[in-house]
Amino acid sequence: MIKELLANWPLLKQIKTGTDGTGPEAMSEQTRSLKPKFADAQVARSVCPYCGVGCGQLAFHKDGKLISIEGDPESPISRGHLCPKGANSFELVTHPGRELKVKYRRPRSRQWESLDLETAMDMVAERLWKSREQTFVESKDGRPVMQTKAIGHLGGATLDNEENYLIKKLFTAGLGMVCISNQARI
Amino acid sequence: MGTSFGRGGATTAQQDLANSDAILIMGSSMAENHPVGFQWVIEARKRGATIIHVDPRFTRTSAMADIWVPMRSGSDVAFLGGLIHYVLEQGKEFREYVVHYTNAATILRDDVKLPDDLAGIFSGWDEENKKYSPETWLYKDEDPKPDAIKPGHATAGGGHGKDRGGEAGDATKHETDPTLQHPNCVFNVLKRHFARYTPEFVEDVCGVPKEQFLKVAEVFSNASGPEKTAAICYAVGWTQHSNGVQIIRAAAILQLLLGNIGRPGGGILALRGHASIQGSTDIPTLYDILPGYLPMPFWESDAHTLDEYVKRHRSNSGWWSNFEKYIVSLLKAWYGSAATKDNEFGFRWLPRVTGDHSESGYWLDMQDGKMEGLFVMGQNPAVGAANGRLQRTALSKLKWLVVRDFVETETASFWHDSQEIENGELKTEDIATEIFFFPAASHVEKEGSFTNTQRLIQYHEKAIEPPEDCRSETWFLYHLGRRLKEKAKAEPIARNAGLNALTWDYPTEGPIREPVVDAIVSEINGYKTASGELVREYTELEADGSTACGCWIYSGVHPKPGHNLANQRKPKDYLGHGWGFCWPSDRRILYNRASARPDGKPWSERKKLVWWDESKRQWTGQDVPDFGKETPPDYRPDRKAEGIKRIAGDQPFIMHPDGVGWLWVSSGLKDGPLPTHYEPLEAVVENRLYPQRASNPPAEKKQRPDNPYGYSLDKRFPYILTTYRLTEHHTAGGMSRSLPHLSELQPELFCEISPEMANEIGIRHGEYATIMSPRGIIEARAMITSRMRPLKVQGRWVHEVGLPYHWGRRGLAKGDTVNDLLAISEEPNVRIMETKALVCDIRPGRRPRGKAALDELNAKMRQTA
Amino acid sequence: MSATTAFLTDSTLCIGCKACEVACKEWNNLGDDGLAWTGFSYDNTAELGHSTWRHVKFVEHPPEIGHGGNSPEVSSWTFSSDVCKHCEEAGCLEACPTGSIVRTEFGGVYVQPDICNGCSYCVVACPFGVVQRNKEDGRAFKCTFCYDRQKAGLTPACAHACPTESIKFGEIEQLRAEAERRLAKLKESGMNDAVLYDPKETSVRGTHAFFLTRGDPRQYNLPLKPEVPTIYTKQGWKSAAIGAGVLAAATMLAFIAGDNR
Repeated sequence: MIKELLANWPLLKQIKTGTDGTGPEAMSEQTRSLKPKFADAQVARSVCPYCGVGCGQLAFHKDGKLISIEGDPESPISRGHLCPKGANSFELVTHPGRELKVKYRRPRSRQWESLDLETAMDMVAERLWKSREQTFVESKDGRPVMQTKAIGHLGGATLDNEENYLIKKLFTAGLGMVCISNQARI
Repeated sequence: MGTSFGRGGATTAQQDLANSDAILIMGSSMAENHPVGFQWVIEARKRGATIIHVDPRFTRTSAMADIWVPMRSGSDVAFLGGLIHYVLEQGKEFREYVVHYTNAATILRDDVKLPDDLAGIFSGWDEENKKYSPETWLYKDEDPKPDAIKPGHATAGGGHGKDRGGEAGDATKHETDPTLQHPNCVFNVLKRHFARYTPEFVEDVCGVPKEQFLKVAEVFSNASGPEKTAAICYAVGWTQHSNGVQIIRAAAILQLLLGNIGRPGGGILALRGHASIQGSTDIPTLYDILPGYLPMPFWESDAHTLDEYVKRHRSNSGWWSNFEKYIVSLLKAWYGSAATKDNEFGFRWLPRVTGDHSESGYWLDMQDGKMEGLFVMGQNPAVGAANGRLQRTALSKLKWLVVRDFVETETASFWHDSQEIENGELKTEDIATEIFFFPAASHVEKEGSFTNTQRLIQYHEKAIEPPEDCRSETWFLYHLGRRLKEKAKAEPIARNAGLNALTWDYPTEGPIREPVVDAIVSEINGYKTASGELVREYTELEADGSTACGCWIYSGVHPKPGHNLANQRKPKDYLGHGWGFCWPSDRRILYNRASARPDGKPWSERKKLVWWDESKRQWTGQDVPDFGKETPPDYRPDRKAEGIKRIAGDQPFIMHPDGVGWLWVSSGLKDGPLPTHYEPLEAVVENRLYPQRASNPPAEKKQRPDNPYGYSLDKRFPYILTTYRLTEHHTAGGMSRSLPHLSELQPELFCEISPEMANEIGIRHGEYATIMSPRGIIEARAMITSRMRPLKVQGRWVHEVGLPYHWGRRGLAKGDTVNDLLAISEEPNVRIMETKALVCDIRPGRRPRGKAALDELNAKMRQTA
Repeated sequence: MSATTAFLTDSTLCIGCKACEVACKEWNNLGDDGLAWTGFSYDNTAELGHSTWRHVKFVEHPPEIGHGGNSPEVSSWTFSSDVCKHCEEAGCLEACPTGSIVRTEFGGVYVQPDICNGCSYCVVACPFGVVQRNKEDGRAFKCTFCYDRQKAGLTPACAHACPTESIKFGEIEQLRAEAERRLAKLKESGMNDAVLYDPKETSVRGTHAFFLTRGDPRQYNLPLKPEVPTIYTKQGWKSAAIGAGVLAAATMLAFIAGDNR
């Protein structure tokens, strides 16, 4: 123990190596074995989810865990760069304030309750079906209307094209919902 | 842009800005809101381009510009009209480009009247219904379509359909005067219309000193011509006005006159604020269009049968002659084998639009108790939408609400911690809304594509599984749809026919049964219905039901199995071919036929992009030609030619029936064929040009007791209110305010005011100020800075209060909600609200808490104007 | 031996977006340092510290109509991203008694967190006020020059993120030459207030992070004459030696005088 301590004592190191003790000779094992945290991770090619510039991102992950996200140097648009929001994407995915569970609030209740995901899906399907049943208009003056105006949808600009496609397909073409909007404002 | 050029997307790519000789940034703080895109502006600057920023505030964009000129919020058309006037007056237009590639030479009807003739309105105005009939705007000799209620002109109409260009008449029939001498040719009408937009007028209305305005005009127009090009970048600083579309139209006119469209370093770059704003219009989560800018059928006007619908929207020439192929292929994609020629491919199952179902439209219905349920996915209207108080109280009228997000947003929490709970307007135990909050999967926990600001579809791969209950929207919709289809199957009645027919058999994979996204991409791309073979391009689509395609403009993104071009990662050139897929057909710069002279040779060596290769008899160059690849420059259609064959070899704007860019828009816009200066819906000065018409005539105020406005020139609210974003936050904050690294950078709401204004009111830097509009009352820390400055407008000093709008009551960085001050209003074409120029009052000190805040606001409203 | 590397932070290209601050914190797992609104322009992180290793300073001067921030005549709103200078003669390194602070093969100055005992000698020894002790954890922290990334041949996180490439990273002499070229170009365009900050004439003998700024560098927290504290110690030794000499002479004199009595 003492021998070890002495061996690492800077002065002794200096004397032994003939240096001033501020270079590699003074590096700890931890320092010497330092490597980037994604050194042995896998990478997924991604795109920044914030603004419309569309910067390329590299999402490093290992054993099902996200390690880090940084700019993709090959992107002809972003050349590896990110703005503060894009640079913060790892925190966006991993921050402690992120909700991970379904939450349910009964009418007039003062609190959230927990709810099983599949049950919540069933309940939403029920509510949606019932509202549609009660408000659907098939025709007006003998001509087709085939719509409900009582159920709305808002969102889309941060979603994937494929998700938007399913929204329009299911809600509009399947259910007859016309109140479909994404707010350019936010 | 749709009406001016034919497609509603940015005409250029961000990287191409590096080739510009001058860049005008207006209606945008690009350095702040698109920082990484801004590197291409810096690149241009390094290469010697002059960067011009026109903005009421000196922003981080101004800090990087060579020239900064302030301008009063809401006077954009006056400024741009001034530039157009300057170009026409000085003869600085790119004459050869203008004559060949625009409708400058086209002769208009004799009975068309301009606002100068009619005290602020164009001919065709219906005062009672507050709308225009565009008949007099048509080209001379152009036949109006029989009994058409013109798209975009129907009362119920939105305006996203405008992106198809005008449809009210057959624009192929028209007379031209290439010498531009005819008094009623578009060029001379333009000259007349903008005659009063002199530098003196600009100074008077915008508050820009005349010399500074002229400096901008000179630099920008001198950077245009055969050897040079100039670009314009804009964002919501233009769109979010009651005349937003017309501001962009003014920019389009300017760029057409200077010959800057379709050429490297030129163009108009619309900067979209969200990862998929462009995508969510292309594949729309909007009420008035279907994928690929096909219009939704409107009950009132046109669409009881597929035949009628097609007849209305198909044009005889130009690209839209293919209209039927796209709608039939869409119906086949959605309704599958159940869609047959006999049942009009299921056209009758599509819902009809019967009114204003836009967000502002249906939110008012919600407030009036007419709605039952709402899905909110990745948006936060309680903070992000105009008139926050109304937004939140309306939610309390719902039976059920589904919110999907990363965090419990203010939209999900309105029932227990909103301003209205604080001030007693709402009581938790009285709110009967049933609320489901679903945690969302992040972009690295799912795969899919975003379409960026330059129409580039880029795919993101999945890195990890989403944690716990977090799921993608794909998962949510697929599994919700599965449940609903089971219900419909059990009840095969007429109203469920569409749902029963809906193709929904996507394969799933993995532990959470995630739908295979590739299957959706393939459907969007399109396939042959008999074999399932993917189509290579939209040119393979047919109108007989033999092809299916979910979004025709995206066709080609997945041309064969295993080849998702949105996920290409090998850029081959500066325009990025080989990286992602740019609609349409991987064309990176639209209308690029215009980069060559009418004879097919480049305008100049320095600015060449696409040109005619006589030896190969085809168009070639650095981009995919946005033109018939083998249509020679000297091709002239005969009289019988139809469809795309009707477009001559020197007509680059192939989406338009007449093949040229539109300085004058004969149909497709609800507020006039030319941009005209109007004041905002709430203004601090009168309309200098047309005192009788303060604001854009067909714009809708949606005025009602819960969405009140100030009086004209309201003394209670003497200051201009303008809102914007900061680099450090994301829109309504759902993706930034809960993150420590971003919250610390801008932890609190502040207002920006000039030292002169602070002196006038007695506000000190760093202390709180209370800001009121007719809709709301908020407090903010005062940032007193000479980056804000009063401007002399129409003889008096006008002050402006600047407010970034990201904050709400939740998250780490909290603050009052600025959008509580804004009004719900609608620009007539796209129904966007005005956020950039309203009125307010400001006083030192904090706002009262609880009900007292409302009392102060009510007391203010009771003051006599 | 690897090439010596450096940062060139060109504030004439900086858009004040703070991506460098965030990218640094993300890479190095640093927390926020409080959610206080300062009122100092758009700067709310205020200064470099144990959890802020890049910091963008905002300097406001009244703008003039017609002039953007790139106007040679008017310097209005400028931003400069501050960072550890990785001095040629590093005060912190000289002061560290535990051998925690080392100079890496890239010439950077690196605090080894597993060795640092929190004595804070480095904190007072830094002429730029860069090093700071984390009160909760006791140890001193500052920019590592992304030593972990550099070892793998990667660019430090801040430079990698910087949207406008205002933070450049590279071999030190090449960057110095680039800085000189850039400075000449700025001057040529009439930007006479542009300066290259790389204090070679003082006892820090130049830095591995140099800056191109407009106007007085002190606005950006860059002192005109940063000195390594040990030069004062050297001066101290000198005066001590003189003092000792004088004292010795006086004693001698006293003895001589005494003898005379």
